[in-house]
Amino acid sequence: MTAPAAPLPGGPSRKALTADGAAGWGDRAFGLVALLAGLLVLLVLALIAIATTNEAWPAFREEGLSFVTSDDWVPAEGRFGALAFIYGTLLVSAIAVLFAVPVSLGIALFANEAASNRLRRPVVYVLDLLAAIPSVVYGLWGILVLAPALRPVFDSVGDAVDGVPVLDTLFGTGSSGRSFLTAGLILAVMITPIITSLSREVIATVPNSQREAAYGMGATRWEMIRAAVLPWSRGGIVGAVMLGLGRAMGETIAVALVVGSSAQITLDLFAPGDTMAAVIANEFGEASGTYRSALIGLGVVLFVVTILVNVAARGIVTRMDRRARGA
Amino acid sequence: METRTDAASLDAASLLRTTTARGRRVRDRLASIWMIGSLLVAVVPLALVVGYVLVKGIRVIDVGWFTERISVRSREPGGGMAPAIYGTLVITGIAALMAIPLGILGAVYLHEYGRRGRLARLIRFMADVMTGVPSIVMGLFVYTAWTLRFGLSAFGGALALACLMLPIVIRSSEEMLRLVPDELRHASYALGNSKWRTIVTVVLPSASGGIVSGSMLAVARAAGETAPLLFTIGAARIVNPDVFSGPTTALSVQIFGNAQNPFPAAQDRAWGAALTLVAIVFLFTLAARFVSARISRRHRA
Repeated sequence: MTAPAAPLPGGPSRKALTADGAAGWGDRAFGLVALLAGLLVLLVLALIAIATTNEAWPAFREEGLSFVTSDDWVPAEGRFGALAFIYGTLLVSAIAVLFAVPVSLGIALFANEAASNRLRRPVVYVLDLLAAIPSVVYGLWGILVLAPALRPVFDSVGDAVDGVPVLDTLFGTGSSGRSFLTAGLILAVMITPIITSLSREVIATVPNSQREAAYGMGATRWEMIRAAVLPWSRGGIVGAVMLGLGRAMGETIAVALVVGSSAQITLDLFAPGDTMAAVIANEFGEASGTYRSALIGLGVVLFVVTILVNVAARGIVTRMDRRARGA
Repeated sequence: METRTDAASLDAASLLRTTTARGRRVRDRLASIWMIGSLLVAVVPLALVVGYVLVKGIRVIDVGWFTERISVRSREPGGGMAPAIYGTLVITGIAALMAIPLGILGAVYLHEYGRRGRLARLIRFMADVMTGVPSIVMGLFVYTAWTLRFGLSAFGGALALACLMLPIVIRSSEEMLRLVPDELRHASYALGNSKWRTIVTVVLPSASGGIVSGSMLAVARAAGETAPLLFTIGAARIVNPDVFSGPTTALSVQIFGNAQNPFPAAQDRAWGAALTLVAIVFLFTLAARFVSARISRRHRA
């Protein structure tokens, strides 16, 4: 082409013909409003970090690094070492992930690889309902039904393993039924839907040619899953598990009701403990001054940890997503 | 077991059965048992929780439950849950009014304007990250940024819930906008419509089913939240008509308080409130599915 074509006489101007019609103030105003709405996400995240850190500053200044390295939590005497709550958060979420992963993976593989279309719908339905039940309702059931039911179980298991080296440490005496393990079990139920649905999305991206190749070589269904489905989706499943972990660490109300509220670091899974989120929920009401700012400081630590876990997990999931779309 | 030899009925499954070594078959069977077992393991807690809530909750619910104020006596039965039901609906409603329009606009920016640009990718990623921010942190945020200055109010609770809903609405709406074929946009441009008119009159209406159902799921999630409300709405036993000032209450907060109470009458109240809350949440969830099914059917027709 040597010269741009002249506009047709009487025809629309070139400006009106641009593909995204970027003309007129109405478009610019609408685009700006939409942009502002999008920027709101970044603004809120920044404000969360600033407002909470600002309010937690007195406690951070007073405690320094020992806020996260000391387990000496005596609010009445102004000592705020939060290590026991950090430990509790990690332990309880680890228990939850340990129980939730095999179940979630089993359901995801069942729904995507084994179930017929007719069976798949009720499976999705069950997961939807599990995800829809509010945290506080799980907590109510946990404190009034599950914990009392677990008490005799804890007692007899604790007696049975009395004196056995490792087991004696892990399963000591459970007095109330509210414990690290109880909280972990409830959390496992609560994070199963999210791990399952994300794993299913990843598994759905496995190309059928991979499955057919495995079957073609005479693989059983399980061998096909191990040879084709799992290797392809490993990264994405790891991402899904990490998102479940992030969810478990931030889960508050159910844990606050069943964990037993005791700031201690112990390997005894039957012992009562506490987590960062739970202690905030349980003690914020009666706290003031540095105590209150220390609890907000726990929120800051929780925010930073969950953001890090989520960024890492989303990074993995996004990469898998891009690969699936490119393939 | 009867063995069939005629070739036509010898399907792949039975071929495998007769030609695969026993150990491999056993492992395949064990894997199937694991998968089905996992599903059963997930159904048990669902059935138990829903069952307990139904059986224990239904006993305290009568007409007064929906009309009377909350009793101050935790040792004796009586009173209702009207202020908490009102609080839950009002707080969730205000949160929805804030989060849904902003969330849809944010999604419009991501898919219609930002597309694959740097800023849009950042916002999309951070919206995903924001869905993982613990709800208790949202509660602390609104406490420090709003409640410390303006006091306890239903609006404060709504702010916290809106922060939780915003990223969910953005991401689910963007997925729906992505499903709108570009041909529709081009057809609208060809008719002389500007970009914003195209979005408002063509793109959003054709994605409306999915957007509505995604938003309703976000509302259902928010209605059940407790942690963001603990420090922002306070505790009241009567209906507070002023949403901008003064303490109010909500079903989730009532459950949390009464669950820790040693007296059976208070625990019964917690079960009743749990049944009411679960009913509200399930209704929204079901309505979301219904709306999306209905609208997508109309569009296909």
